[in-house]
Amino acid sequence: MSAPVLLLDWHDWLDLFAHFLMLSLMSLGGAISTTSEMQRYLVERQGWLSHAQFSDSVALAQASPGPNVLFVALLGWHVGMNAGSITAALSGVVISMVGIMLPSTIFTYQVAQWAHRNAGLRAVRAFKQGMAPLVIAMLLSTAWLLASRGGGQPDHWPLWLLTLATCIVIWRTRLHLLWMLGLGALLGALGVV
Amino acid sequence: MSATPSPHLPPPPPPPPPPHTAATPSDRPRPRSNADLFVSFTLIALQGFGGVLAVIQREMVERKRWLTNEEFVEDWSVAQIMPGPNVCNLAMMLGARHFGLRGAMSALAGLLALPLVLVLTLALLYARFSAMPEVQGALRGMAAVAAGLIFAAGLRMAAALGRNVLPLAWCLAIAATGFVLLAWVRAPLAAVLFPLGGLGCVLAWRRLRP
Repeated sequence: MSAPVLLLDWHDWLDLFAHFLMLSLMSLGGAISTTSEMQRYLVERQGWLSHAQFSDSVALAQASPGPNVLFVALLGWHVGMNAGSITAALSGVVISMVGIMLPSTIFTYQVAQWAHRNAGLRAVRAFKQGMAPLVIAMLLSTAWLLASRGGGQPDHWPLWLLTLATCIVIWRTRLHLLWMLGLGALLGALGVV
Repeated sequence: MSATPSPHLPPPPPPPPPPHTAATPSDRPRPRSNADLFVSFTLIALQGFGGVLAVIQREMVERKRWLTNEEFVEDWSVAQIMPGPNVCNLAMMLGARHFGLRGAMSALAGLLALPLVLVLTLALLYARFSAMPEVQGALRGMAAVAAGLIFAAGLRMAAALGRNVLPLAWCLAIAATGFVLLAWVRAPLAAVLFPLGGLGCVLAWRRLRP
């Protein structure tokens, strides 16, 4: 399960870049929806990352502040580190992040600008109103999957209780989110949950 | 002495349609500059442990008031359905609306720049401390809280369904079906998105008949 040692030439980096460019346009509902495809490519097909490095990258990006898409930067970082240098790791970050962001950013920017200019169109209004229930369901199911993965023990009730308590407190009060995150980190570090 | 008006003046462009049917007073809060966008989204990103979407709803709707809850849900629908990370899409859309392409890039850079440095630092630290049970426990606790934050954001956004063109019962039926299929049946996203989202759009289209 140790990290592979790699010799990557420019051809491999180009392959990585092209693959992430393609995944970018497939990342409907967020980059996290392409995670299983990235794992198949990086770990199983190319052997550039170990399983542990892959799941650590996802978990670290979750724990770190900022958009979850930064797990892609960590994947590139670890590929570069496996190739043996900080320079390679930084190249990996740039290649993977530009790859995953560029096509979707251009596409979404164009569509969003068009939709904003035509906000009065019946079709645009129907899309925004008609999608709302499903979009909320997608959000709640993301939360459900995140909660049931917690610690790898789906039936670990103290974690569920913490999730439920957080949900009620943040839903019904104006308490700042960081207090609950700090509490969660503290309870976890003390071994309560 | 009278200045003769040029007969070849182009006709004035037609006024753009109102972007939203609700009253939008001109004095409502809005981002002041590209720098304001960059700083605002950096601060939002820095609070976003376990993902930014729980924070961004609160900041945009309740603290900064750049968007109402209904506008947020509409923008979020576009941001979530388009390819790409949804908070990045939302930041970009908001920036573009006020300051064009530069605004979009300022908001996106704010969301990504500093968090990227932090996550790489964290990766270096984690390589040294990952074996400690306290570190593992803290990550576990924060993941459970992050899940609760996202639940809460979803419930707050659900309040906007009361003002949807679709009757509330239809909204709840679509949302419940979507949740069961995605979270419990683990159906692939595309298999849920196109039939169920399409159904919502068609129903909304019919209700919006002029």
